[in-house]
Amino acid sequence: MKKRVALLIGCVILTLSLALTGCTPAAPTDTPAEEKPEVVKVGWIGSLTGDQAVWGTCELNTVKMRFEEINEKGGLLGKQFEVIGYDTRGDATEAVNAVRRLTAQDKVIAVLGPNASGQAISISSVLEEMNVADIATVATNPKVTIHDDGGVKPFNFRVCFIDPYQGAVAAGYAYDILGFRKAAVLYDVADDYSQGLTEFFEKYFIERGGEVVAREAFKFGDVDFRPQLSKIKEAGPEIIFMPYYYKEVALSANQARELGIDAVLMGGDGWPSEVLLEMAKDAIEGCYFVNHLDFDDPDVQDFKNAYTAKYNLPVELNGYLAYDAVELLAHAIEKANSFDPVAIRDALETAQVLGITGKINISKDTHNPEGKDAAIIKIEDGAYVFQQKYSAN
Amino acid sequence: MDWFYVKGILILSGINLMAVLGLSLLTGFTGLFSFGHAGFMAIGAYVTAMGTMKLGLPFIPALLLGAAGAAVVSFFIGRLTLNLKGDYFCIATLGFGEAIRLILDNVQYFGGARGWPGLPVVTNLTTVVIVDVIGVVILANIIRSRHGRNFKAIREEEMASQTIGINVFRYKMAALMISAAYAGVAGGMLAHLLGFIQPKMFQFIKSTELTITVIFGGLGSISGSVIGALVLTSLPELLRTFASWRLVVYGAAVVFIMISRPQGLMGGTEITFTNIKKLFSRFFRASGEKAGGGGR
Repeated sequence: MKKRVALLIGCVILTLSLALTGCTPAAPTDTPAEEKPEVVKVGWIGSLTGDQAVWGTCELNTVKMRFEEINEKGGLLGKQFEVIGYDTRGDATEAVNAVRRLTAQDKVIAVLGPNASGQAISISSVLEEMNVADIATVATNPKVTIHDDGGVKPFNFRVCFIDPYQGAVAAGYAYDILGFRKAAVLYDVADDYSQGLTEFFEKYFIERGGEVVAREAFKFGDVDFRPQLSKIKEAGPEIIFMPYYYKEVALSANQARELGIDAVLMGGDGWPSEVLLEMAKDAIEGCYFVNHLDFDDPDVQDFKNAYTAKYNLPVELNGYLAYDAVELLAHAIEKANSFDPVAIRDALETAQVLGITGKINISKDTHNPEGKDAAIIKIEDGAYVFQQKYSAN
Repeated sequence: MDWFYVKGILILSGINLMAVLGLSLLTGFTGLFSFGHAGFMAIGAYVTAMGTMKLGLPFIPALLLGAAGAAVVSFFIGRLTLNLKGDYFCIATLGFGEAIRLILDNVQYFGGARGWPGLPVVTNLTTVVIVDVIGVVILANIIRSRHGRNFKAIREEEMASQTIGINVFRYKMAALMISAAYAGVAGGMLAHLLGFIQPKMFQFIKSTELTITVIFGGLGSISGSVIGALVLTSLPELLRTFASWRLVVYGAAVVFIMISRPQGLMGGTEITFTNIKKLFSRFFRASGEKAGGGGR
């Protein structure tokens, strides 16, 4: 008897799961389409869970807020917008699923995000199959928009500068402006962004005539950097390049100072965070990093205040780039004068728009914003102080 | 639901199924728990990618090469670790999985942590279904054979099977190598579905997901693994509307099912024609008896 009941329960669970597979998602997509035919859907993907959730959440909030503002002003081409955001938990296969769903089922006119290069590269085959364009926010790997053979991917765009450029800016600023000749690099071997920046920093620093005296690696999740830092100390560099995210930066900077290293530290766009200042205020005093924008720029204050007022959260770096991704898309829609995804893509190819992180001139050959200046930020008295716009050419 | 989207989920389920089938032989039938199968998937993915990109092989031979690569690596791992009992083996596989990932992070020939873009996107639903069917048929035949009974004997009582003359080490090795080959095929198909691979994709969490799927479907059941892979791959997709709460709901659903059905969905039984017939006849006999009893 017990066995039979168990079997029955098993059957019920199976049929239920089958029924659920069949029905659930159909319901929410059918109804809004019938009720509000005037709404145009825009997709967003990124991490709402996982270790990059802070940035993903900020991006989605920004995108939603911007489209609400656009809707209040009457929308674009007389239509209102709806933002559909899906979580990828930082996983490439999830990103592919999310884009499949956005393009095939939700029929979005374009996709914004993701922030990570691995996800942005994985989704391009789906985008090409469905003919929908994507604007990545902070995906800095050159391969996001370019094929291996140098050809451009027809549906991938981005609003940020790329790793080689960022590496060149850091190397150029350290060599030309700060006048350092001996550099050391500490990097995260398990992270694509960190490996990329390291490669290009080294390349450009050596090209200019500098010397990389030490190159040490750690792996994501490490909390003790003393062995690597001790080796770096022995090499006696004038500047240590630290191309990774703020948590590890704070820990390694503190440990470097403990060991008596007084070299200037320098980093990339993984640095800016309020947490960094809290955790390593003294250790990073007088250090520099390359950023996408100047946080105190008058142009970004409106957005910063509006965001903080609405969500009661500080704006992360990704928010500014998500903002510009929306600007770029809005511009392309107006220019194309249509909601056809392919027409929008064509408009994106030659789009020129003034965003809050600078001028965005999309190049037809690379789908990158060309000639976008990087901002150099210095930490002075426990605050991020803008030094200058710097371009590496 | 749009077919393009459903197709995507089915392809992914099929790929996961391949890895789960292999793990099912190792965990479900031989009783060895592994938390490093993402490592074998990674090897399969990279070797297959090497086959198509560097050696210029067509997709299917490259897949076989990937499977062989994973099996060869598992042979060496097995020689070192299969003498370990129970939990110790499990921990050794965990270490292996992480080691593979970190090695791949450092191999610049394969792109290092930045990944390997530009692989041909050739995995489609047809290839996945065909590969899965072949996988199920091979596994079902292994399980039904004398060797299959030996695997189960080792799972139930290792000492006793040794006593009656089963070469325990050899059978464990065979289970590990077959499961690694399956995982390798899964990795190869995944690589050529995304067109991009990165060591980050094969983290510890991926191994755990595979093991969860096997236990969820029911240890010692091929049909359980099939259903488990289908349900657990599509469940997070069905829950998309929950946004950031999605994975919490997913976890809760798995916990709920495991509490209400600790032996997994299928619990060691298979869906075969004879079993379905048996179930129906028993069900009808039961209701017939009841009806008869009421009439009297």
